[in-house]
Amino acid sequence: MSTEQLSIAITGAGGAGVISCGELLLQAWARLGGRGLLRKAYGPQIRGGESAALLKLTERERYTASSNYDVVLALDWANFSRFEEEIRLGSDTWVICEPADDLPDSVVAAGPNILRVPLAELAAASHADGRENMLALGLLGSLLGLPAASLCELSGQKLARKPQSYREAATACIERGANEKLDCQLQVPPLGGKDLWYLSGNQAAGLGALEAGIRFVAAYPITPASDVLEWMAGGLEQLGGHLVQAEDELAAINMTIGAAFGGVPAFTATSGPGLALMTESIGLAVASETPVTVFNVMRGGPSTGIPTKSEQSDLNIALNGLHGDAPHLVLAPLDIADCVFTTGWAVSLAQQLQTAAIVLSDQFIGQSTAVVSEPRRCENIVPAILPALEEGDYLRYKLTTSGISTMASPGDVDRRFTADGLEHNEKGTPSAKQSDHQSQLDKRADKLADFDFGEDWGCTSGSGSVALLCFGSSSAPVAEAAALLTGRGVDARVISLRLLAPLQVVALTDTLAGCEQLIVVEQNHSGQLFHYLKGQMDFQQQVHSYAMAGPVPLNPQSIAQRVLEVTGK
Amino acid sequence: MTDVIKLKAKDYKSGIKPIWCPGCGHFSVFNAITKAMAALAISKDDTVMVSGIGCSSRLPAYVDSYGFHGVHGRGLAIAQGLKVARPDLTVLAMGGDGDGFSIGGNHFIHACRRNVNITYIAMDNEVYGMTKGQASPTTAMDWDHSKLTPHGPGVRPFKPAALALASGAPWIARAYSGNPNQMAKLIAEAIEFEGFSFLHVMSQCITFCPEQTDWKAIVHEREEPALVDADEAAKLFLHEDGFQIGLLYSEQRATWPPTAVGAVTEGAVAQLSASFRV
Repeated sequence: MSTEQLSIAITGAGGAGVISCGELLLQAWARLGGRGLLRKAYGPQIRGGESAALLKLTERERYTASSNYDVVLALDWANFSRFEEEIRLGSDTWVICEPADDLPDSVVAAGPNILRVPLAELAAASHADGRENMLALGLLGSLLGLPAASLCELSGQKLARKPQSYREAATACIERGANEKLDCQLQVPPLGGKDLWYLSGNQAAGLGALEAGIRFVAAYPITPASDVLEWMAGGLEQLGGHLVQAEDELAAINMTIGAAFGGVPAFTATSGPGLALMTESIGLAVASETPVTVFNVMRGGPSTGIPTKSEQSDLNIALNGLHGDAPHLVLAPLDIADCVFTTGWAVSLAQQLQTAAIVLSDQFIGQSTAVVSEPRRCENIVPAILPALEEGDYLRYKLTTSGISTMASPGDVDRRFTADGLEHNEKGTPSAKQSDHQSQLDKRADKLADFDFGEDWGCTSGSGSVALLCFGSSSAPVAEAAALLTGRGVDARVISLRLLAPLQVVALTDTLAGCEQLIVVEQNHSGQLFHYLKGQMDFQQQVHSYAMAGPVPLNPQSIAQRVLEVTGK
Repeated sequence: MTDVIKLKAKDYKSGIKPIWCPGCGHFSVFNAITKAMAALAISKDDTVMVSGIGCSSRLPAYVDSYGFHGVHGRGLAIAQGLKVARPDLTVLAMGGDGDGFSIGGNHFIHACRRNVNITYIAMDNEVYGMTKGQASPTTAMDWDHSKLTPHGPGVRPFKPAALALASGAPWIARAYSGNPNQMAKLIAEAIEFEGFSFLHVMSQCITFCPEQTDWKAIVHEREEPALVDADEAAKLFLHEDGFQIGLLYSEQRATWPPTAVGAVTEGAVAQLSASFRV
């Protein structure tokens, strides 16, 4: 028997290994050609806090967060209340827990099927170093029809650097769990995917950056962006590049600018608070026309906010955080796989346009791991234009019809200049003259405004008279909402923006032709995208805002409901 | 090296007229830098001057090399990023006492400990000149010439050499704007030193601290060779009068990044993407 999707939550204390359990389960599932998403929900406490692996096995690759769970396996319930809003149970949910567990009231109220298994006792009986998470892995694997041998092999790889006894314990527990007979039958989604990849959005972004030629990274740790940098550290070593752990984000962005000035494609990654610290120097990159890519993995804000959970609330600062008139690029990957393309495209655009590109990912797509078809790549990575060898003074900031001038780097013969955040003339000499300020402001604005960004500014589908407009990680829940609406006989147009600045007003207007109602969907409190669009465009449509703050992921049903309200259906 | 002809100090000047007040100590630092470049027959195309913001940070545009005039306090970060990415270049960072020890203080201590092979010239006049005369981290406690701190800053000034030593800087020297020949020699040595070389320059501000003309009578050259022992250097830097000029401390230690890093593994990009295939 098969189903479209199956959702499994594995919960326990931080450090109990529920994330490892979820990862191995999804990897083994992927080996059989299955698709799925693993979302990691955790609190700020690294050990002893709450942690949940939220697994969604699906037929199609449209990865939204589950709200209702078919299976909840609890290693313990101590901090389950922190997940109550995210992990909903119903009367057909299977709960697997210890025989002696007192269930939380909310769980009892849902009236689920309860299977009591002595996880700790069985793990201890299997091996002296036996752990419950590996026993749970065997148990769940067997419910999904995964070969225990595959789980054992994958766990062996994961524990490759641990003592031999750990690997033996894992194998013993997985096999013991797989042999445990449970009075439970699960319907699983169909398998059969080919050439699949297994990666997180943050890894995908790192890969996109390295494939696009990034060879210098400056890093300052911050949740949920550290894993982009950690993954790149290993990759850069093999590529002959360098990663510097900076003393703070102020140093990180400036080291990035220094390397880029040296002609080496350079990148940094951060999250909201770090982006706030970097903004002064991102303005320096804009003014000195130094290409840098700043990858920002959004989390709940303001201030420290909700550091481990997702929100799309850094749009305002990414668009408007720089002082002065500082035109730059703002992009957002649409999903986990798209992190490869969008990051590569951002690197390429930053170089071609000699400016700063801010990429807005978020905790949901950044730290979730998914099984995806081979990601699309940015095929055409264009470097900054190098100066031709010509006689006379080199004009680094020469006024050209495109606004783009050539970019020499130190070491280039007779092309010496001083890059400057001070306003300057064409040569780069500091100048406070009105004419120089006007012409250089025009230059920096025109090069973005006149550039042909092609078709990748967004993704569109559908043709109805109501449109859903979103950016970045809202794309999947919006697409899901549109699918639900199709089932209700409503054809909704979906527009997911990948390029937020400069906004492609003409293309967007064309895409909205014939549309009467527009709903701007985003995961923040104030409707940042809604207000930005209203300021940039004269809409022919009635424009509505659907803005929901994090950390609970956007709910496709609620979005669809809003469409029905707006359209009066 | 791309320059074939032996150049003179003046050939290393860009011709852009400095904004500095007549009598400013920074003129002499500028001259000393170009003298050192001429003495080392350094290639203009392979040299970069990096700075932050302030009077002294204007210097890169005046040198006929590559340059980067960044934002306040971050020159050292730009310089280190550049040098790590482009180890073939000669990189000099420079700026004032406010830029380097106040807003950029964190970058200073970490640059000392990271030991990237660059030279840092801090032009210390114990005052924020460009914003018209406020107290800096090296201003005396009782200096009451600023409207911002009418009773003096009331806090103890930094001892930059002691701070550099404690943070791990392997090469520490002090120069005086009134002795440009010695300064030029020290700058040349600093450039040639393998590691982070910190040159603290007492560079007078004639406009806001005219009393600094008295420095001429106070400075004294170090007669002894540079210290190699950190314990002795610590004693010296904590107890000296701050006007001893010359090479004060020098030790060899491993620079960052380690030279072993940087080799390219064949087919590495393809390997990285292959690691994600199921």
